[in-house]
Formats: sequence, structure tokens, C-alpha cells
Amino acid sequence: MSALEIRNVRKTFGDTEVLKEISLAIDSGEFLILVGPSGCGKSTLMNAIAGLEPVTAGEIHIGGEDVTWRTPAERDIAMVFQSYALYPSMTVRQNIAFGLEMRKVPKAERDQAVERVADLLQISQLLDRKPSQLSGGQRQRVAMGRALAREPQIYLFDEPLSNLDAKLRVEMRTEIKKLHQRLGTTIVYVTHDQIEAMTLADRIAIMRDGHILQLGTPDEVYNDPADMFVAGFMGSPAMNFLSASLEGGPGEYRVRVETEGAQAPLVLPWPVERETEALASQVGRPVTLGLRPEHFSEEDERLGDQAEGTRFEATTTVVEPTGADTLLQVRLSGVEATVRLGPKSRIKAGDRIALRVDMSRAVLFSTEDESRLA
Amino acid sequence: MDNVIRRRTPRARLLRAGLYALLIAAALVYLLPLVVMVLTSVKPIEEIRAGALLSLPSHFTLDPWIKAWSSACTGMRCDGLSGYFVNSIKIVVPAVAISTLVGAINGYALTKWRFRGSELVFAMLLFGCFVPFQVVLMPMARTLGWLGLASSVSGLVLVHVVYGIAFTTLFFRNYYVAVPDEMINAAKLDGAGFFRIFWRILLPVSGPIITVSVIWQFTQIWNDFLFGVAFAGFDSQPVTVALNNMVNTSTGVKEYNVDMAAAMIAALPTLVVYVLAGKYFVRGLTAGSVKG
Amino acid sequence: MTPTDSLSRASSRRAGRRSLAGTLERVLPRLVVAPSLAVALFFVYGYMLWTFILSLTGSRMLPQYNFVGLEQYARLFANERWHVAATNLVVFGGLFIAICLVLGLALAIFLDQRIRQEGALRTIYLYPMALSLIVTGVVWRWLLNPSLGIEALVQSWGFENFRFDWLVDPDMAIYTLVIAAVWQASGFVMALFLAGLRGIDDSLFKAAALDGASLPRVYWRIVLPCLRPVVFSAVMILAHIAIKSFDLVMALTGGGPGYATDLPATFMYAHTFTRGQIGLGSASAIMMLCGVLAILIPYLYSELRERKHG
Repeated sequence: MSALEIRNVRKTFGDTEVLKEISLAIDSGEFLILVGPSGCGKSTLMNAIAGLEPVTAGEIHIGGEDVTWRTPAERDIAMVFQSYALYPSMTVRQNIAFGLEMRKVPKAERDQAVERVADLLQISQLLDRKPSQLSGGQRQRVAMGRALAREPQIYLFDEPLSNLDAKLRVEMRTEIKKLHQRLGTTIVYVTHDQIEAMTLADRIAIMRDGHILQLGTPDEVYNDPADMFVAGFMGSPAMNFLSASLEGGPGEYRVRVETEGAQAPLVLPWPVERETEALASQVGRPVTLGLRPEHFSEEDERLGDQAEGTRFEATTTVVEPTGADTLLQVRLSGVEATVRLGPKSRIKAGDRIALRVDMSRAVLFSTEDESRLA
Repeated sequence: MDNVIRRRTPRARLLRAGLYALLIAAALVYLLPLVVMVLTSVKPIEEIRAGALLSLPSHFTLDPWIKAWSSACTGMRCDGLSGYFVNSIKIVVPAVAISTLVGAINGYALTKWRFRGSELVFAMLLFGCFVPFQVVLMPMARTLGWLGLASSVSGLVLVHVVYGIAFTTLFFRNYYVAVPDEMINAAKLDGAGFFRIFWRILLPVSGPIITVSVIWQFTQIWNDFLFGVAFAGFDSQPVTVALNNMVNTSTGVKEYNVDMAAAMIAALPTLVVYVLAGKYFVRGLTAGSVKG
Repeated sequence: MTPTDSLSRASSRRAGRRSLAGTLERVLPRLVVAPSLAVALFFVYGYMLWTFILSLTGSRMLPQYNFVGLEQYARLFANERWHVAATNLVVFGGLFIAICLVLGLALAIFLDQRIRQEGALRTIYLYPMALSLIVTGVVWRWLLNPSLGIEALVQSWGFENFRFDWLVDPDMAIYTLVIAAVWQASGFVMALFLAGLRGIDDSLFKAAALDGASLPRVYWRIVLPCLRPVVFSAVMILAHIAIKSFDLVMALTGGGPGYATDLPATFMYAHTFTRGQIGLGSASAIMMLCGVLAILIPYLYSELRERKHG
């Protein structure tokens, strides 16, 4: 039985449809992340799950029970908010205990629960302070403590890390992951940060314009994107999209990419094992080749023809060493493509370099409707 | 302009001196009526007749204050302002308390529990801030009569509550709009209901706006004259009406010192509030009248 | 790709019932606001209508509902005293607003020059606003008393021919109202402007200084345009005060000499409550309402438009 099931949920504000027939099921103990650009409906969906906004149509089930028309209080869920939403007039202890108090949990049990989560989150020394006396990271912990104290069926996290600075954000991310692994809680987590999504989620739902475009594990979403939007949204630096055309036929499809200047066009053989039915109808038509920056590698003379992938030459325009990698911008097919190389690369801007591309991981989209072809 | 380097030329110094002179002169002009009022109220009447508006009293006396409080004539009666002062308190206290409470709940419901038409409801309530009270005088007089509240303290409380709600609702609405909705949502998820959220979450952070609302309502109601003169009976007149009657009583010799002492008595409560909580007073003035 | 869609759609159509708590949560906010709305509907909108109806009747001492059409309005506009009151309002209101704005702005700009003791000065300029207009009237009536007030004071300083008897001069008495009202309200306008000035970004002054603009030019060209919304609000509030002015007239001049300082508010009161002309008084009240609306509607319109563009 699913911990949370969303059936054909629609939500309209006036004339605009914010959620369009969303269906989704989450297993108990699963960490689901809703990700997408602002305005995609992810926060509305979360509010609908919480009961903070009534849905226009559809049903929401929690633990097998239809809660569509229940109040937030009756749903047995807890939520961590972006602004933390701590009660400023109460101490940390009172903040954490408030939900239990409202549910008429006896004082002794409340105290126990407070101690338990305070231990868990290492905020025992802060219990008698007011929220205004806490740092951002501490507030974040208290907000999580408030949710954890109640031990609800489902936890909702609404961009909980977006108000923290970069370093703290990474720390808290790890912390949340540890908590989830330790407690086995069911979590629905909203973010617009695809790195958070990749690192935390068991499954990711990528949303756009009120639709779920793809629901899958981080690996599926990253390596097997459903369409160009998902491919472009996940991963940083983003996937390179190269205009190309499809040639050949079954067993010998080739992707032809026009290169700049007088260079001969790049003709890349499409791996036979990755052929799909959809390709046949696209021969001779413009397609978009998706290559992630790490799908490129530097030509190594010593490997000669044994090296995998197809060789080509390009001019670098910008070199960005990040420490762990070196990112290059190269002119290719009329666009700048980003290439990720190892940190030891000695390439300078303006250099002409030889690169190989790993076609076994490339993806192909229809230029026309941005759908995935292969 | 803190970081602009300013040269202290002689001309700049002169300008600055002029600026101070101007500001102080203005302050003196603004203070003049208060000073004259106080000085006059502690002089014997003979000294006043001799002129010298601004001179210090040669015979300091509190008799005018005592007379104004307990035995000066206001129209028919001659027992001073004391009874009317008490009337004003009896009107102000419940009216301020009720209108502030109602305004707080209205502001809360209209911002944190929006419903279809809640904006329209607010706009309709807000118009009460602007209606010229002359339009409601006659119907209100009739209504109070029917309710059996004509010429009573309770009637005046009702009137002040009715026309104060518009302002208090505005105050609290504008304050609560700035309280993050997420806090209310958190409380909803924690299991708190409508009133619990109000008492436990919102009221504890409402101190400043309660102060603003109480001060505004107190000042407005204490200083009211129109409703007092239109709806009060002899036994329920507020102090402003009594003061006006006292000053306009034409019987007997004009005792300016008693008039001034009476004016001081009527003015003191609001003056004291202003001096003690000027910050909130100003905030009420600006919030109450600037933004909708 | 998209999650299973096999779930029945029909079931979502007849969605489950709201729980009791859910129903209560939906109803309570409306229930709580309802009394206030009812009060407003009756005591504000209902009364406006009631007064309007009264203004169409021939009511004298007591409200009667013998309709006479617009006769009361015709009588009102033919009434010499109403003309005086309306003209007075224009003179009083115009001067009161103009002087308050200029004085308030000047004081605010002067106070904004990093003045020592700014708080004390501000308190002094603003305190009259805390007083009842009745107190203001009583005090100024004393100050303007020709034989014992300012006139006598200045004469005692040796200026034997100094005259300041506006209070008893039918042509000048209206200006005494202006003096007292400006004294009462200009500090408030100062506070409004000062708040506006404090809201202006300091870097504006720095930028202008770097551009070589003199301080007066900066105020005239840059600061003043920024304060336009404040001016708008101030005019709105002051006009509202002017139209409602009743207490001050009653305490300072009693409408006299004769009815030289009558304002619509005192006209309305006198006719409705003391002269037994309820119909006529109601008509004058409706005219006052129209006056307020004439100011309020453009104000609200511009506010809403600004919000839409903002």
C-alpha cells in the first residue's frame, strides 16, 4: 500500500490551470523530490497534499485513507517551510512541542519527544531560546525538529534549504539524507535545485506547467531523460543540445552535425543497440543531439584508434578551471558546447584541440516537439 | 548623506545657525498656546485682566483647576468637569477595548483565512473611515432612540465601536498582512484551529499594533465632540462637550483662568498618552490615514 | 513516463465530504467577519441611504416621509447661509491644506538635516494633533481675544496701533479657523513628509552631489517628485479633516460673528438638531458626502492604478 497516493488531481485558480491531472504514488519510506522551474506547480501540489489548498478535482490518499477533504490537522503530516515559520513568541522547546500539545499529548510524553528530536538534531542547548536568537542553520534544525517530534506518516519539505548559504546548504543536505536513512521516513520534498534533487531523492518528479514530465530515480532522470526539458533541467553544467540531422537506416543510423568554418561535418554513428522504432520516421529530418559535458573526452594519441567514441577537432573559446574539473567552451555546430575535462588539462583559450565524444551515452530528440527519439 | 564630505565654510556655519534659529522659533510658536494655557490657568483672574499674556504668575494659584474640576458651571449645572471626565472614561474604556478586539479578529480573518469576497468585505468596511459623520447623525439618533440607548453612555459606546471598527480593522489587517502565511500554515499542520492560532500564534506578536490601535481609538474617542453633543444626555456628556458648554456659558463673569484649567483637564489624558507613546501615536496617524 | 492513469476518474467527481472541522474552518472566518459587515451595511451604507431618503422629504422637527423630490436641494442652493458655509469651506479648506503642506514640508526638510534634538522638536511640532479640537478652539479663542490676547500683548510691548481682532471681524473670522487648524495639523503633515524623506535612498543624495547639483536643486528636482504619493495622501487627509470640521468652529467662533464662519458641518448640525429642518439638514449632509467622494474616488483610483502598475 502506498503511503501517499495522488489521483488525477487538478487545481485551477480562476482561468489558469496550475495542476493538470497529476497522479502519483509514493511508497512508505520513500524520498520523493518534486523539482521544476518556478511556476511549474510543485508548491501548489505540495500545498494540496498538506491540505492548505483545496483541489479542484481528484483525490489524495494518505496511508490508504481518502483525505481529500480533510483539514491539514486531520492528515497526519508535518511540513518544513522555506522560511522555517517558527512561532516567534515561543521558545524552541514550545515550538517543537506545539503540535503535540494541539493533539493533546500528555506533558510528560511531549517533553520526551522534545528531548528525542533535540538529541537527534543536536539542538539540546538551544531549547530555551527564542527563534530570534538563532542563526539560520539553527532555525532550520528547529523547523525540522518541529516536524520530527510529531512522527507523522508523511513529511513535506518546501524548499527547506534555499534560505541557507551555500556551505550550510551542503551540510544540511547531508544531514537530511542521514536522517532519512536512519528514520526511514516518507518524505515529499520540493526544490528548484536539481543538485538537491539528484543527491537526496529515491525518485524525482520533474514538473513543468502543471504536468509531471518524468518520474524516476535520479539515475533514470539523468541518463534517460524523457524529453529535452528534463534533459536540460537536470545536470549542471547543462546538457549540450546540438542541431543535427539523421541519416542512414536501421543498423547504420548516423547523426550528422555541421561544424563551423570549412571543417567537414561531424558524422557520428548511432550505436546499434540504442536504436528505436522512432528513428525510422526521422531520417532526413532535423534532430537535436544531447551530449552532457562529461560525454566528451580529450583525444589521447597513445590510445590511437582503440579509443571509444568519435574524434573531432574544435577551437576552445573559454577555459574555466573549477579545481575538480576543467570546463571548456568549444565552438561546435554553430553553438558553444560545454566540455568537462580532468583537472590536469593544460588547454588555453584559443587552442585547437582534439576531442572524442562517447555516443553510447548520447540522447536524441525531435527538434520539432522536443520529445525523446532514442 | 553621511558619507558626503562637508566643508565647514563660514557660510555653511551661518546657514546651519539660521536653520537652528528657524526650527527653534517654530517650536516656540507651536508651544505658545500650551504655555499660555498653563500660565493662564494658574493666575488669579485679576492678574489676567491686567493683561500680560506671557508673564509668569505673581500669585501662583491652583484655584482655577479646583474650580474647573469641581464647581465651574457647564450650562445649567455647576459641579465642574469631574462628572463629565468620568463619563469620558466610561465611554472610552469599553469602546476602545471592544473596537480593538473586533478589529484584531477582523484583520486576522481577512488576511489569514481569505475567502471568496474577503477583499470586497475589507473594502466595504474601510469606507467607514471616510464617511462624513454628518451623514449618519440623524439615522443614528433615531436608532439609539429605538434601542432605548438615547442619551446614555452605552449608546455612545455603541456609536464609537461602530465607527471605530473601520480603523481598527485597517490597522490589524495591514499588520497581519506582513505576518508570513507560512507561520499560519505551520500552525494549521500542527493542529491548531482558527481561534487557537489567533490566541497562541498571532496575538503574542501583536503588541505593537494593539498599542497603535488602543492609542488611536483612545485619542479619537476621548477627543470626540460631534457624537457627544449629538447623542449624549445631561448625565452622559463627555468632557469635550462639557468643556465647550463651560466656555460658552454666558452667565456671570468670564473666568478665563478656569476655562484654561478646564481645557488642560480635558487635554491632559491624550497629551500624556502622546508624550509616553508618541512613536505609536504617529504610527497610528500615518497607518490609519495613508495606506488602504 | 507519466504515472499510472488507470485510476477511475468518476470517483474524483463525487469527492468525499468535508469533515466537521473542515466545514468549521471554512465557515468560521466568514462568521467572525459577518457581524462587522452587518454593522457596516446598516450603520454606514444603510444610514447613507436613510439620510438620502430624508433629504427627499419635507421633514422638519421629526423625520416624516412625505416626499418632496429634490425640493430640499433647491432650497439648500437658494439658501444664503449655505452659500456662506460652502464658500467658507473652499476658503478654509484651500488655505488650510496649502499652508499645512508648505509648512509641513519645510519643517520636514529642515528637520531632515541631521538636527540635534530632532526628537524633541518633532514632539513639539506634533503635539497639537493629540488635542481635542475643542481644546484647540478654546485656547485660540483666548489667544485671539482682542482685549486680552495677542493683540493686547503686542500693544503692551509698545505697538499701540497693533490690531489683531479677526475673531470679531465677520470678514476675517474665517482666517482664525485657518490659524488654529494649521497649528493643529501641520505637525502631522510634517511627520508624513519626514517619513517619506526617510524612505528616500541616501545614495540618491550622493549621486546628485557627485553630479554637482546643489542641495536646493536636489530637493526640488529629485526629492519632491519622490514625495508625490505623500503629498497626495496628505491632501486627501487634510481635505477630509476640513470637510468634517465641526468641533473647531463650535469652540472657536460658534459659527459667528453671525454665521460668518459657518461650515457645511455646522450648517448641517444647526438645521438638523436645533432649527428643526431635518430635510434641509439631510440634504446638506448628502452634499458633504458628495464632497468626500469627489476627493476619495480619484484618490482610490490612482492608488489602485499605481498598485496595478507597481
